[in-house]
Amino acid sequence: MIKLIRKFYYGDYDSTNPGASLNTNEKLSEETSWPLWEIFVRSKQGLDHKHVGSLHAADAAMAIENARDVYTRRNEGISIWVVQSKYIHATNAEDADSLYDPANDKTYRHPTFFDLPDAVKHM
Amino acid sequence: MPENMLSKIDYCLHLADNALILCHKNAAWCGHAPSPELDIALTNISLDLIGQARNFYQYAATLINENNAKGDSVTDDHLAFLRDVNEFKNCLLTEIPNGDWGQTMLRQFLFSNYQYFLFQQLINSKDEQIAAIAEKSIKETTYHLRWSSEWVIRLGDGTPESHSRMVHAVQELWPYTGELFLPADYEMDCLKSGIGADLELLKKDWWNKTHEIFSEATLSIPGKSFVQDGGKYGKHTENMIPLLTELQYMQRAYPGCEW
Repeated sequence: MIKLIRKFYYGDYDSTNPGASLNTNEKLSEETSWPLWEIFVRSKQGLDHKHVGSLHAADAAMAIENARDVYTRRNEGISIWVVQSKYIHATNAEDADSLYDPANDKTYRHPTFFDLPDAVKHM
Repeated sequence: MPENMLSKIDYCLHLADNALILCHKNAAWCGHAPSPELDIALTNISLDLIGQARNFYQYAATLINENNAKGDSVTDDHLAFLRDVNEFKNCLLTEIPNGDWGQTMLRQFLFSNYQYFLFQQLINSKDEQIAAIAEKSIKETTYHLRWSSEWVIRLGDGTPESHSRMVHAVQELWPYTGELFLPADYEMDCLKSGIGADLELLKKDWWNKTHEIFSEATLSIPGKSFVQDGGKYGKHTENMIPLLTELQYMQRAYPGCEW
């Protein structure tokens, strides 16, 4: 039988490692909960969709509706994208040195050596 | 006060009461919905509904005050918090217990479906204020209908457990749907004077949509069944008194209290 309710007493938590998950609960939530979705909202026509957060939903339709209710209730958006979090691939934090630091001293890659005519704005 | 003015006030109260009572029932899910996302979704709907209720109460209060120069003036708060159970004109469907999530979703679908076609007609009301409130509300209601339809389909055409719960919900709620289309005398008056909706017409639209969603949800529409009515005249189910006791508690216990 799956144990749904577990009482905790003082000392049950590992105080040196707060927030550590308990194996039983983790397994349970993986089996029963809805997948996670990343939400992108476009706030105005012409602007990009921006990542605003994530939420749980059973499928894409539900994710869009949940996103509408959670992330656009204060007039934040006119368009929503959703994508299941597992389809997002990310760089590894440990690779940051080799990936990003080499760009630090390449100032010649910034187009700062051109004189822009006054008529050109927003460059 | 002229007779048709009384009918118009009753009509506005009826529309307001529908929204207020369903808002209150839905709000009880706050903090208890199956997931935080759904918690927010349903309370959003409650907030939409209280906005609609407020608009109709404010209009009713204006009409009452204009036609009752000698008496005490009333506000939207009076109408919501200080009327007794037999003065409430909401349809019985709105006061039926929440049951499980499926029953709440089905109740929302049945009601939003009704409200959607109601407001579509009221946009053309000869009364400018009613038409304006309908126009503002229909966008909200369009979403309520879309959202609740999806839940009815999701649960009806879901697992054996969710399907059987939806079948039970249909049995529970169906007897209260007939009342939506039985016009009260004030609704007839308002239809005649061109400010109210034609419930015969509304019924056809409502049936088509219900049919569409139910068949997608693999739910069957019950055959001829008993129609429970009375709400529009203030004859309510046993759920209404505890509901109002809770809803009106603050104003009854501390008259005029504000915060």
